[in-house]
Amino acid sequence: MQNEWLYIGLFLVVGIIVPVVPLAFAALISPKKPNPIKQATYECGIETVGDSWVQFKAQYYVFALVFLVFDVETVFLFPWALSLKQLPLFVVLEGILFIGILVAGLVYTWRKGMLEWV
Amino acid sequence: MTLAGFLNDPINFVAQWLTGLLTGWGFSNGLITVILYFIGILVLVVFVMLLDIGLVWVERKVVARFQDRLGPNRIGPFGLIQPIADIIKLVIKEDITPAGADKVVFNIAPVLAAMSVISLWAILPLSSKIFGVDLNVAVLYLVAAGALGTLSIIMGGWASNNKYALLGAFRMVANMVSYEIPMVVTLLIPVILADTMSVQGITQAQSGMWFAILSPLAFVIFFISAIAELGRSPFDLVEAESELTAGFNVEYSGMKFGWFYASELLHAFTFGGFMAVLFFGGYGGFFGLEKLSAFHWLTNPFIQAAVFIAKAMFGYWAIMWVKYSMPRIRIDHMLAFNWKFLVPLSLVVLVNTAILNKLLAGLPAWGYTLGMFLSNVIIGVVTIEILRAYGRRQHKSEQTLAQAMRN
Repeated sequence: MQNEWLYIGLFLVVGIIVPVVPLAFAALISPKKPNPIKQATYECGIETVGDSWVQFKAQYYVFALVFLVFDVETVFLFPWALSLKQLPLFVVLEGILFIGILVAGLVYTWRKGMLEWV
Repeated sequence: MTLAGFLNDPINFVAQWLTGLLTGWGFSNGLITVILYFIGILVLVVFVMLLDIGLVWVERKVVARFQDRLGPNRIGPFGLIQPIADIIKLVIKEDITPAGADKVVFNIAPVLAAMSVISLWAILPLSSKIFGVDLNVAVLYLVAAGALGTLSIIMGGWASNNKYALLGAFRMVANMVSYEIPMVVTLLIPVILADTMSVQGITQAQSGMWFAILSPLAFVIFFISAIAELGRSPFDLVEAESELTAGFNVEYSGMKFGWFYASELLHAFTFGGFMAVLFFGGYGGFFGLEKLSAFHWLTNPFIQAAVFIAKAMFGYWAIMWVKYSMPRIRIDHMLAFNWKFLVPLSLVVLVNTAILNKLLAGLPAWGYTLGMFLSNVIIGVVTIEILRAYGRRQHKSEQTLAQAMRN
């Protein structure tokens, strides 16, 4: 067990080094001639208008909340799925009850109009 | 130390030889493990990078053929050297950082995108004897490492100091985060059918019958969610070239952009590999054929690796086929499709698989397969009927509305 995660840790370290090497090489050999026009923010060729950090649309937050609820549900479903072979049918039905409660939540969200993109 | 020994079990062969060599030089056991792991990781990552370069060529040629043109064919025979020319061009380009950008986050984003995809190859089983590591929570690791890629998109969009990059990043993350739910729920289905989260276990459980035949709906939902997770067409709001001009990576130039592009292609191929492992039998899945003595060569690690790469390439080709045949979907249609259709459908398929797995456990193999397959067909037919009834109601209400407006 311990050795497997050591491998994953080393893999992540190598995974960070591998992209950095060409980037460092490029930083060495590429030309560097900054001027303000080149570094201006791109807005389809015209001058930028207004702040660049725009107001956050509230609908993203609602979708993130619904995602959070269902993601935590799937985290709880992982051990349920793994234990199905050893345990009787009753356990399957319990898991289905759990999924059912959360589906009721989804139906509520749907009927309240929270899943619209307006 | 024979060639046959190497051909039958390459990694252990080399590991034993190296261990002998290093203990002879006087290294301690812990250090030897670290050195061996390091060498193994380097070989695997170099292989993955070479595969990535090949994928750029494959992608460009396949796009071209879908669009009835030839694709790159000037540089090298059949344009094979084209990706290397692309890399050289990207490396020598000037690296323009926009004014006011958040330099640290701006530089970390492409590195994180590449790292999240490379780290997925630690668990992909190329063969029963060639793999990075056999985690017993491999499916969970897949979901976790994929989520790092989503993080890199928000970092890229935010740090660019560009409102359109930020908007593109928001939409992209809303997309990716929504489609995680049907993806994770359908990932649970091979876990239930194989009773293990380890990819080696799932591959070996398919030696009798592919999971795509046991549960075709799960495969279809996973395919659609995977395409949405990858951010490819028809869900490619990020690269909506006609809308946001490359979205979150509009301010990136040179090799940083190169890493975003390369990691997206590699991610698509890795998902093709996962589809092969989870639903099509991975490096095995020969329906019991390899137990016959005439077909014993099918258990050779190199043959298994070739079979796996072929299946992954087929999955990648299917993803490209969808990409180059369908128009882009609007953001509200995309989110409605996910939350109102895919999430309920995937939960229904999960419940169905869990119940039938228990009820049909006593039947012989063909009875089990038939039962599972028919249940999926029934769910599919019922879903299509519900959608058609809904469509008919819509059509009728539109017709009455048109009538009323005419009178």
